[in-house]
Amino acid sequence: MEHSTTAHAEHKDSGTKEIWRTFWILLILTIVELALGYWMIGKEGGFRLALKGTIIILMLAKAFYIVGYFMHLKHEIKNLIMTIIVPLGLFLWFIIAFLYDGSSYNRLRNNYDSYHKEQSTKPASQQELHNADDIKPKKEPAME
Amino acid sequence: MATVATAAEQRWWNGGKSPFNVEYGKLMMWYFLMSDAFTFGAFLISYGTIRFSTNGWPDPNEVFRSFPGSGDMYAPLVFVSVMTFILIMSSVTMVLAVHAGHNNDRKGVAKYLAWTILGGIAFLSCQAWEWNHLHHEGAWWGRNPFVNADGSASTTNFTNFFFTITGFHGFHVFSGVVINIIMLIMTLNNSFERKGHYLMIEKAGLYWHFVDLVWVFVFTCFYLI
Repeated sequence: MEHSTTAHAEHKDSGTKEIWRTFWILLILTIVELALGYWMIGKEGGFRLALKGTIIILMLAKAFYIVGYFMHLKHEIKNLIMTIIVPLGLFLWFIIAFLYDGSSYNRLRNNYDSYHKEQSTKPASQQELHNADDIKPKKEPAME
Repeated sequence: MATVATAAEQRWWNGGKSPFNVEYGKLMMWYFLMSDAFTFGAFLISYGTIRFSTNGWPDPNEVFRSFPGSGDMYAPLVFVSVMTFILIMSSVTMVLAVHAGHNNDRKGVAKYLAWTILGGIAFLSCQAWEWNHLHHEGAWWGRNPFVNADGSASTTNFTNFFFTITGFHGFHVFSGVVINIIMLIMTLNNSFERKGHYLMIEKAGLYWHFVDLVWVFVFTCFYLI
């Protein structure tokens, strides 16, 4: 009995410590993400892609800490962890299949629909005018 | 010999107790959150698919460049980092409330829940300001005043996805605040004291952390990359 109460007290202390440790980890990861975000401004090509990839890895690390420690999943028994994590594995297929499909559609259109390619890469002046009409549709009839 | 060995280990699937070692309500909260994760995942993946299938896309650093009172100053990522910090902080106070609940510390639960509610309201206010600001700039569902990063004409996909997904997330934050207010009232009314445990706070906490988790993904997908 006495033993179990001390064990409980110990658990309490490590609980708060773990919360603050997780907080600092999340904060540092966020600051690194933001620093990479600033670094990305004005960068092009492969380097930009590498920064984006790093940010996504950091994002997954943050997700792990929130789910594992704040939502306490890391301390649950294996049965509960598996019943939540295994179905989420569908996302692997989901993400790969859909993003691949999106880029494949883009590639096909750029290759075989030259009108689309020309339209989507020409400067925006006409588009802006079109939007300006959309924003203030009611003013012009009133002035006439 | 063999019977001794099997009796020593826990046999979770033999019935008589939860094979997941948590109470029913908490398990159901986990399953709800899993389904909600698929809903948000579907939104974000469709956003990614459309983005992958489009030649140009607006530069988030140009779109989200403003900060309250900053005027025309170029301040990308500043406001959204404040929002992110608020949500992380409110997640911390939520765990502290759950922790206080473990110790049957009624005052601690009420205090940390109040801070969490405050954080949620602060986040929603930030989002309201940002939506209002973008709306004044001419952005809304169905219209997009921002040109693509390469200067080409943009479509309304960008604003449609932005307002739909951050709106859906904001709605979750709002529901979380309402749930936390109910938890605070129940705490102050001694409802949990009479029950003898604060397990309800844990379930509300799971929901609140999930809202924070989704923001990690929304923040990365819309503002950073």
